[in-house]
Amino acid sequence: MELLVTTLTIFVLAIFVGFEVITKVPPTLHTPLMSGSNAISGITLVGAVLSSGTQHTTLTTALGFAAVVFATINVVGGFLVTNRMLAMFKRK
Amino acid sequence: MPPVLINLAYLVASALFILGLKGMSHPRTAVRGNLMGAAGMLIAVVVTLLDRRIISYEMIIGGLVLGAAIGAILAIRIQMTAMPQMVALLNGFGGGASVLVAGAALVEAQVAGAGFETQMTVATALSALIGGVTFFGSLIAFGKLQDLITGNAVVFPGQHLLSALVALSAVGLAVGLVLRPESMEIYWALVGVAAVLGVLATIGIGGADMPVVISLLNSYSGLAASATGFVLQNNMLIIAGSLVGASGIILTQIMCKAMNRSLANVLFGGLGAAPVAGAKADDVYGGKVKSASPEEIAILLDSARRVVFVPGYGMAVSQAQHAVRALAKLLEDKGAEVIFAVHPVAGRMPGHMNVLLAEADVPYEALLEMDVVNPMFSQTDVSIVIGANDVVNPVARTDPQSPIAGMPILDVDKSRTVVVIKRSLSPGFAGIPNPLFAADNTLMFFSDGQKAVNDLIAAVKEAS
Repeated sequence: MELLVTTLTIFVLAIFVGFEVITKVPPTLHTPLMSGSNAISGITLVGAVLSSGTQHTTLTTALGFAAVVFATINVVGGFLVTNRMLAMFKRK
Repeated sequence: MPPVLINLAYLVASALFILGLKGMSHPRTAVRGNLMGAAGMLIAVVVTLLDRRIISYEMIIGGLVLGAAIGAILAIRIQMTAMPQMVALLNGFGGGASVLVAGAALVEAQVAGAGFETQMTVATALSALIGGVTFFGSLIAFGKLQDLITGNAVVFPGQHLLSALVALSAVGLAVGLVLRPESMEIYWALVGVAAVLGVLATIGIGGADMPVVISLLNSYSGLAASATGFVLQNNMLIIAGSLVGASGIILTQIMCKAMNRSLANVLFGGLGAAPVAGAKADDVYGGKVKSASPEEIAILLDSARRVVFVPGYGMAVSQAQHAVRALAKLLEDKGAEVIFAVHPVAGRMPGHMNVLLAEADVPYEALLEMDVVNPMFSQTDVSIVIGANDVVNPVARTDPQSPIAGMPILDVDKSRTVVVIKRSLSPGFAGIPNPLFAADNTLMFFSDGQKAVNDLIAAVKEAS
C-alpha cells in the first residue's frame, strides 16, 4: 500500500509538471508536439525489452518481441518525423 | 548493472523528457528539445539492455532493428499533408505495445506463482483497456484520414446503447481480471472488448472533428504507458506516460474550445452525419454569388497593401502550400504585407496548417493566431480563403440555432474584399451553407486550390 501511494504521488506530480510545460507550447508547434510526445509515450519499449529478454516462457518472449517492434516504430518514427518537421520551422 | 544505477539513469531520462517538452515552447529551441527527448529514450533503452535479468538478446535486437526500420521508413517517406494519419498510427502502436507488455507481465506473474498484488492486477486491467481502445481507435482514425473507410461520421440506431453495453462489459471484465488474475482468457477478452469500444468510439466521429480525436488518442497512449508503469513498478514509465497524457488532454481542450463544443458533444454528437436544419442553400446563395476571373482578382491584389491568406484542409488536399507561398512572395515583393491566419481547428490535427506552411518555407512569424489576426481584418484589403469553410462562416456569430453557433471564427468578412478559392458551393463539414460566399464583398474563384493559386500568380505577373 505504501508503495502504491509513492507511485501515485509520482504520477500525479508528473501530470502537474506536464500541464505546466505543455501550456507554454505555442499553437504553431502543436503538430510536432504531438508526434514528439508520442515518441516519448513509446517508453513502454523499456518494459517490452525486459519481457522479450528475460525469456520466462515462449509466450512472454513472443509478446515481448511484438511489443518491442510496436514500441520501436513509435519511438524511432516519432522522434525522426518530429525532427523532420521542426527543421522546417524557420525565421524570416 | 545494479538496480540503483539503472534507476538513477531512468531519473536522468525522465528529466530529459521534461526538458525536451520544455524546449517545444519556441521554434528556436524545439529541435534541441526533441533531441533531448530522444537522448533520454536512448539512455533508458541502453540501461535496460544492461539489466542482469536479460538472458538473451536475439529477440530484442531483432525487434529493435525491425521496428526501427519500419519507423524510419515511415518518418522519412511520409508527406507533410499526411501527418495526421502518421500521428494516428504512431498513437496506435504505443497503445498496442502497452497491451502486449502488460499481457506478458501477467503471464510472468502467473508462471512465477508468487501471488498477485491488487495494484498490479488493477494496473494490468487498465493497460489492457486503455491500450486496446488506443490501438483500435487509432486504426479507425488512420483508416478515416487515409480514406480507407468513409471520413464521415458513421451513426446507426442504438449506437449509444451498444457503446454503453460494451463499456459496461469492459468494466465487468476488468473487475473479473482483478478477482481472478490467474485467468489469461479474461485478459484477452478484456482486450477484445476494448477493441470494440475503440472502434465504436471513433467510427461515429467525422472528418473535421478529427483534431479532437487524435489529441484524445494521444492522451490515451500516454495514460496506457503510465498504467503499464504501474504494472511494472517503473517510475520512468509513469512519469513519461503522464507527461504525454497531460499533453493530449490540453490539446483536446484547446480543440474543443476552438469549436465551442464540449468533449461529450464531439464524441457522441455525430456531427456531419445527418442533414441539419437551418437556411437552405438556394435561399442563401440564389443569384447573389459573384464569380471572378484570375485577372480581376490580380487587379485587386496589385493595389493591395495588406493581404491575409486563410488556409484550410482544402489547401492540404490540393497540395497548394508551395503555390500559396510563391504567391505570397510575389505580393511581398510588390510591397504588400502578407499574413497567414490560422484557425486552431483548420486541417485534420492541431497545428496541421502551420507544418504545411513551414514546409513551403513560410517563416513562422508570418503565421498569426485567431485572436491576434481578427482585429486586423478591418484594415485588410484582400483576404484569400483557400480550402477553409466552416471556420470563416459568419453564421457562427449570428444564428444561435446553427450547429456551429458560438464557434470562434476568423472574421474575414470584415476585410474590404474576400476571395474564396473553392471547387463549388458545396457545404463544409458542418453541412450548412456559408453566407460569406454570397456577401457583397466576396468574390468566388471556382477551381482546384493549387491550379487557382498558380493562375493567380500568372495573372499578377501579367498585371504588373
